[in-house]
Amino acid sequence: MSSKPVIATASLAGCFGCHMSFLDIDERLLELIELVEFDKSPIDDLKKFTRPVDIGLIEGGCCNAENVEVLRSFRKNCRILISLGECAVMGGLPAMRNTISLKDCLEEAYLNSPTVAPEDRVIPNDEDLPLLLDRVYPCHEVVKIDYFLPGCPPSADLIWEALTALVQNRPMKLDYQLIKYD
Amino acid sequence: MDSIKKIISRYKKDRTRLLDILKEAQAAEGKISDQAIEAVAAALQISRAEVEGVISFYHFFSDRPTGKYVIYLNNSVTSGMAGREKVARALEKEANCRFGQTSPDGLITLFETSCIGMNDQEPAAIINGVIFTSLNEEKVKKIAGQMRKNIDVQEMIEEYGDGANRHDLVRAMVKNHIRKEGPVIFGDYQTGLGLNQALKLAPEGVINEIKKANLMGRGGAGFPTGLKWELCRKEKSSEHYVVCNADEGEPGTFKDRVLLTERPEMVFEGMVIAGYAVGAKLGILYLRHEYTYLKRYLKYILENMRQNGFLGKKIAGQNFDFEIEIKSGAGAYVCGEESALIESAEGKRGDPRDRPPFPVQNGYLGSPTTVNNVETLATATQIFTHGSAWFRAMGTSVSAGTKLLSVSGDCDRPGIYEVEWGLTLKELLSLVGAEETLAVQVGGASGQCLSEAGFGRKLCYSDLATGGSVIIFNKTRDIFSIVRNFLDFFIEESCGWCTPCRAGNVLIKNKFEKIASGLGTASDLAEIEAWGKLIKATSRCGLGQTSPNPVLTTLTNFREIYEKKINKEADFRSEFDLARSVEQACQVTGRKFEEEREDA
Repeated sequence: MSSKPVIATASLAGCFGCHMSFLDIDERLLELIELVEFDKSPIDDLKKFTRPVDIGLIEGGCCNAENVEVLRSFRKNCRILISLGECAVMGGLPAMRNTISLKDCLEEAYLNSPTVAPEDRVIPNDEDLPLLLDRVYPCHEVVKIDYFLPGCPPSADLIWEALTALVQNRPMKLDYQLIKYD
Repeated sequence: MDSIKKIISRYKKDRTRLLDILKEAQAAEGKISDQAIEAVAAALQISRAEVEGVISFYHFFSDRPTGKYVIYLNNSVTSGMAGREKVARALEKEANCRFGQTSPDGLITLFETSCIGMNDQEPAAIINGVIFTSLNEEKVKKIAGQMRKNIDVQEMIEEYGDGANRHDLVRAMVKNHIRKEGPVIFGDYQTGLGLNQALKLAPEGVINEIKKANLMGRGGAGFPTGLKWELCRKEKSSEHYVVCNADEGEPGTFKDRVLLTERPEMVFEGMVIAGYAVGAKLGILYLRHEYTYLKRYLKYILENMRQNGFLGKKIAGQNFDFEIEIKSGAGAYVCGEESALIESAEGKRGDPRDRPPFPVQNGYLGSPTTVNNVETLATATQIFTHGSAWFRAMGTSVSAGTKLLSVSGDCDRPGIYEVEWGLTLKELLSLVGAEETLAVQVGGASGQCLSEAGFGRKLCYSDLATGGSVIIFNKTRDIFSIVRNFLDFFIEESCGWCTPCRAGNVLIKNKFEKIASGLGTASDLAEIEAWGKLIKATSRCGLGQTSPNPVLTTLTNFREIYEKKINKEADFRSEFDLARSVEQACQVTGRKFEEEREDA
């Protein structure tokens, strides 16, 4: 076995945009593969943790019980856990529902919406569906988060700099341009 | 609708009178109706949104119908200590509705409101503009009974307060509670003496005299008054203005209320002197809405001064004209900040402006304006009555003269104290009859909460600078509920412009509650401190810059109380409860939740 740092990633209540931005490091992916190995992640499609992980990257906040379960398992298996992007850091777009009760949300979407045919008016309740939370939670309200990388999405350069700094054990050099959003 | 048109024309479609127009519209219709908003916007040639923005900004405007009697019960911390909860519950029972609602019969509306300047006679409320103090359950019952008989609010007052509170034009049950009369504000005074002395000098000479007296702002910030006047005077402009800041909204302060009740001439005279010094022809008294009950009386005092030649044309026989207008807010703490006050005086939302330019450069209607506290102006009058040397001899070398303190909370003699600068807190506590004192909040919610270790500190600009609010808490009180009250106050009063102040204080409050509920860790304390610093550094006005003080100063001075609450072993603890957060989903879908085992 090699002693390369191990990375895991997950997308919870996000849009996969942060993962796409991660892939935007382009040819540096080849460099990254030299530096690290991937464990549980959509990138290598590993569904379960196979070993202790050094750095976990979480995209998205928690909107349902499954998100919470995944996040907790990441906390358990990862030495360093990072909230990646606006949704993980603050709840983001999904958190717009936080001012409305879950019941009202579901009724509006599945019962009262003019685009729902009368025969389809039912709130999904299949037991295979994870239960929704009362509101969308940013990751740090559920587990301890070590680092926050802001942005919607965080730029590829920001992700690259943060990751390489962590695996090379040097301070992150986050230039103003990397964390400026207007 | 006819009445709305009449109101608008009475104010000559003056944009700066928008607040007055809206107040009268509300008084006429019980709410500010859609039609009224349309009519006002059209007449003043402003957008509907601008009118709505003003309405939503101030507490005392309502676009929903209110009852015949509208009760604003103060929710300040001393009100709570004096039995506010019982009064609130009694009100809800009598009105048969909750706070924020109107009784089913349309008779009574209940609202909460921030400190109304009656901290020494709580629980207090404003009912249809009339002040009610020292309320209790029996009084509530009685008042509600009178309301059901449609008795006029003014008639419900059984006994008037002392001094000018009994005046025919005031008729208030408010008490002055002047406990210690000092040599400046409550010293020898005869209207016009100071003004005559000042007018003998050139305007520059007046400014010099104030500088020699070393007068500094009495509102809390302590800016040198002479310098402010000088800066204002030096700005080239066709108009200059004097604004007297009588928007004392800092929780626990009520000295300006007493000053305006007992020494209004001294205040107005100070405005005339300031006008002469800076080259202004108009002064504005910005009176907080809560003190509207003093308005008719103050207008009468102004008229008297006009009759006696202290106001108007050719004042004191000199070639100097000066007029004073009274303007009012509609309930917003942030309007005590000078640039927000000016916005409000112009009839807008009381959003603070970017500074610089400062009001002395770009103030009321874009002209150079000196904004001075009520007490500062009254003190200026006395400096000319008695001379700067006389004044300078009092207080300490840095802080000359005296200061009015508004003392409330756990002590035998709450009220107004005029003391020389330099008094220690310990001396003050014995003066007011405070025993077993746990904490003293100096400077209101935005000030600091001191523990016994700080009781040796001196009230003066070089140590404990303050606008004069002193709230005393004895050892039976709970620091957490005090902090909670102040945090709620800032969350309510933030104008919302700067995100750190608007959102940051809510986050701090959530974190604070997490700690209070026993779920906090050392990292939570560290985060509160870091966020507090961030809010202070990145908010643009004094409200935001001081808003984290309640939690920051107690974290410094009462750290052990927080330390006791937190879990020292855990590095992180979440408040998140999965079972509770899926409860709603279970109800809606009819499913049951079973938390899976962690290793599944």
